[in-house]
Amino acid sequence: MPLAEAASLVSMIHAVGLTKRFGNLTAVEELSLDVHEGEVFGFLGPNGAGKTTTVRMLTSLISRSSGTAEVAGCTLGRDADELELRRRIGLLPENVGLYESTSAVQNLEYFGRLHRLPEAKLRANIERLLRMMDLWNERDRPIATYSKGMKQKVAIARALVHDPVLLFLDEPTANLDPESAKTVRDFILELKKERRTIFLNTHHLDEAERICDRVGILRTRLLTVGSPEALRDRLWGSRTVVRVERPSEALVVAITDRLGPRKVEISGDTMVVEVTDPDRDNPEIAAAVVGAGGRLRQISQLSPSLEEVYLRLIHEQGSAG
Amino acid sequence: MRLSQAWLVARHDLNLYRHRRTILYTLVAFPLGVAIGFPVLVRYLLSRVGPASIPSPVLVGLIDSFSFFFVIASATLPIAVASYSIVGEKIEKSLEPLLATPTTDGEILLGKALAALVPTLAAIWASSVLYMVLMDRVTVGHLGYLFYPNAEIAVVLLALAPLACLFAVEVSILISARVADVRTAQQIGGIVFLPFVLLYVVSEVGIVTLDTLHLLAVSGGLALVTLGLFALSRRAFEREEILTRWK
Ligand SMILES: Nc1ncnc2c1ncn2[C@@H]1O[C@H](COP(=O)(O)OP(=O)(O)OP(=O)(O)O)[C@@H](O)[C@H]1O
Ligand SMILES: [Mg+2]
Repeated sequence: MPLAEAASLVSMIHAVGLTKRFGNLTAVEELSLDVHEGEVFGFLGPNGAGKTTTVRMLTSLISRSSGTAEVAGCTLGRDADELELRRRIGLLPENVGLYESTSAVQNLEYFGRLHRLPEAKLRANIERLLRMMDLWNERDRPIATYSKGMKQKVAIARALVHDPVLLFLDEPTANLDPESAKTVRDFILELKKERRTIFLNTHHLDEAERICDRVGILRTRLLTVGSPEALRDRLWGSRTVVRVERPSEALVVAITDRLGPRKVEISGDTMVVEVTDPDRDNPEIAAAVVGAGGRLRQISQLSPSLEEVYLRLIHEQGSAG
Repeated sequence: MRLSQAWLVARHDLNLYRHRRTILYTLVAFPLGVAIGFPVLVRYLLSRVGPASIPSPVLVGLIDSFSFFFVIASATLPIAVASYSIVGEKIEKSLEPLLATPTTDGEILLGKALAALVPTLAAIWASSVLYMVLMDRVTVGHLGYLFYPNAEIAVVLLALAPLACLFAVEVSILISARVADVRTAQQIGGIVFLPFVLLYVVSEVGIVTLDTLHLLAVSGGLALVTLGLFALSRRAFEREEILTRWK
């Protein structure tokens, strides 16, 4: 979403300088972050980056060492607010934590009642969610007989049973086979259509790219935040791939003469040119190549995957200390 | 602290026990064994040895010492139940989602405690009634009066037994924080009833007599210990502790 629009929206999560230390170990350092209403926010980072710790702080499960945060309109650290906060949010923890000896319906009933949902509303919600998850026919079987993917779906349903305004999902597709992962992902996309605010921890970059409006990359500190596209451009720069019949130094010179000095790499029949604004630069590149007598086969934009951006960021940080 | 919220937690746990045979057996078999076993034993003695060779004071001493088994049961049964309800939940990793609901740590803890206290006390009280009725029937001919109810058993059932239950629940919570499987928790919890057994032995060899006054004194002491442990178990059951330091 455009930045101006984002700024005018209500903040669902507003964290400033959030820090968590376990003894000498700093798990999360000075995290400042805003997540807006209706947004799906992806939180990426390697193992041990502090994603789960962040979610636990934001859901009032563990305390902060320092910093402040407002989540769903409630201030962390105030008892009364935290109770209200837990009324408004839903959490899918890293471990599903279902009661294995009881059924999906019983698991959902328990949580709905803890949330003080009126009985009729509870029934309706349970049926709607289990039907959405394609679990309605298995609803009375003990959870112990479910597959991992089914359990994951029940756990997500549990997080949603009280209609939370803000949903935290800690690696919802971890350990799932591709098909189960897809059903869970499709379900998240359904929720996105309902304009729910979702905070999603994930290792899957393609998942983040497909689902999230914005992503943040964490490694104890927040390395960067932005839409997947913006991150790509900002961190990588744009590059244009030019395929010609015979690449040559003369063509490179023609391009740099026209666009100004820049990096151009040649490999095989392609030249990769660094550009700042593809819409403005690409026609110029074409003109330069043609003007210098080159025979143009194809001109296209190279965009790195979010994965490349991610790996580069994590590595840069790693070598920086 | 909302009692109704705690009760939701307790009710859920009570419902889970239905799927656990061992818990049902523990709750039913043990107290029932005491309630029926002891009167049967006394009846057997009286018919075998002959009432004449057992003077009334000896018989009374014997029956009195049986009463104390209800205290020992009170200190034992909750361990089996509470270990399951807390360590079991720890193993299923279901405490985290539970803590994420609008329920306070105190409410969850109270719910867990109730889930262990209610069935054990119910089992103990129900079986004690059966025990008293049977024992009276067996002994009334010999003693010439109804032995139960009396002041000692009243102190045992109304003060000592509930306190011993509470004590056992608190110990369970402290153990649950450190132990990763139910059986180990139950085994470690087994030591809880040692002081009570010790008290029993001491009274049997005649170092102290467990009369009403002494029983009340023991209850007072136990109340103090229970109060102290309450503070400890409350601290062990804070969300931060549970999620970051429980092993
Ligand atoms: N209770 C704890 N005590 C001590 N250190 C902890 C505790 N919980 C987490 N940590 C440490 O904090 C850091 C962040 O852990 P966290 O679980 O938040 O990472 P994560 O990003 O969720 O990782 P993963 O992708 O593996 O789930 C890790 O170094 C971890 O070892
Ligand atoms: Mg994690």
